[in-house]
Amino acid sequence: MARALINVPAKAKRGDIIEIKALISHPMETGYRTGPDGALVPRDIINRFICTYNGEEIFSADLFPAIAANPFLSFTTTATESGRIAFRWIDDRGQAYLETAEIAVE
Amino acid sequence: MPQALTRRTLLKTAVVGAAAAAFSRRTAAQASSKVVVVGGGFGGATCARELQRAGFAISLVEANAVYTACPFSNAVIAGLRPIEAQQLKLDAVEKGGIAVVRQRATRVDPQARRVILADGSSLDYDRLVLSPGIDIRFDALPGYDEAAAAIMPHAWKAGEQTILLRRQLEAMDDGGIFVMAAPANPFRCPPGPYERASLVAHYLKTHKPRSKLLILDAKDSFSKQRLFQAAWQDLYPGMIEWVSLSSGGKVIEVDAKANTLVTDFGRHKGDVVNVIPPQRAGEIAQVAGVADRTGWCPIDPVTFESRLQPGIHVIGDASIAGGMPKSAFSANAQGKACAAAVAGLLRGKAPAEPKLINTCYSLVAPDYGISVAGVYTPRNGLLADVEGAGGTSPVNAPPSFRAQEAVYAEAWFQTISREVYG
Repeated sequence: MARALINVPAKAKRGDIIEIKALISHPMETGYRTGPDGALVPRDIINRFICTYNGEEIFSADLFPAIAANPFLSFTTTATESGRIAFRWIDDRGQAYLETAEIAVE
Repeated sequence: MPQALTRRTLLKTAVVGAAAAAFSRRTAAQASSKVVVVGGGFGGATCARELQRAGFAISLVEANAVYTACPFSNAVIAGLRPIEAQQLKLDAVEKGGIAVVRQRATRVDPQARRVILADGSSLDYDRLVLSPGIDIRFDALPGYDEAAAAIMPHAWKAGEQTILLRRQLEAMDDGGIFVMAAPANPFRCPPGPYERASLVAHYLKTHKPRSKLLILDAKDSFSKQRLFQAAWQDLYPGMIEWVSLSSGGKVIEVDAKANTLVTDFGRHKGDVVNVIPPQRAGEIAQVAGVADRTGWCPIDPVTFESRLQPGIHVIGDASIAGGMPKSAFSANAQGKACAAAVAGLLRGKAPAEPKLINTCYSLVAPDYGISVAGVYTPRNGLLADVEGAGGTSPVNAPPSFRAQEAVYAEAWFQTISREVYG
């Protein structure tokens, strides 16, 4: 099933701009393709991504069928305090995939 | 889906390929036509010889006294073959009457139809054929410049780099880690990184069995993947780890001092690190204005004439040949087709649509060969795969079949070397 990779710096100085990367293995089936039997393959994509920093949303995105398989997102935020950065991907079946990372801010 | 390759389909297509290279008899008018070929590799040397046979006066510009062939150079790295077996010379080509100009072409003036050489002299042409191969893009992967290549060899242009990687592998302790970065498409020799991994694994298994091999890949799939992976499972279980793009395999930075490759999600230190970096058409193609923003050269699939500069033809790895992979076999086939087209154009004849063949053999072990073959023809402005022709080696084949393909591979190399340089 879906497998996620994340990259959050383990340490940062307060006020630093940090880069965050998140990749999830997902087929991102568009719903427009036909299978070997000629029938449409049902749409199955990650349609929502949310990243929170100690519970507060810092980045989110709506994804659509034009996004390629295995979506890779990269964004930046300001390191404010030590704590937990959480990642949530939601697919068309309503299933959510969760990942978290800890960051130490000095 | 391509069907399994049989000797019959290969022979059938070989006849078509040979027919495309046939010429009519020489005419008086062409004696005054000048053709310059730049690059003495498999593509350029083939094209020069074919044009000479068709009766044209040919100058072949090649700076290197010795050409070190890439096919089979992975066997040199694995210690299965001396580098001398890869070294080819243009002596016989020269003796045959082609004017070999042992210099570097530095500039092309497409308006004046002139090639300028390193010593300032120049050659005029009616038609120019560029077969410059590849250049390593030292600007594409942060940290990977020429100095880094002396620490982490690419060995993707055969020669000193091949020997350097061989020495590093020999010096590595048992239990060491060999890390390879494989590039995104397109690049020279699509199955090459995986053949190299296989033969390095063969060396490690026989000499340093506690060692491991890690491939960090900028792709999610590769040439002959099923065959390679089945063979790895069979011959080198647990030894080779392949990390695909979607598993975070893309190398985004190189730290040569730390012998470390950096991906989006981690750092990988190796005892020996082999970086196969992004590439582009050889420099003269960039200078001549025949390369586009991709770094490669768009061409007409019938004549191989550049889409950017009339009168200049581009063959081999440097060209954008649609479905045709960047291989010595392709360059050889394109050299023949291009020669036929150039001869036709200089005689005022419409060139015939070529059919081209490629076969890529890879060694997984010294006695274990696999292959992929394809036939290509112009369609919608590109060289497209002919459906139903060619194919790959069967997935389930007995060891005798693999051993036979290893013999075919060596025979192919001997044949092409003799045809082009003998």
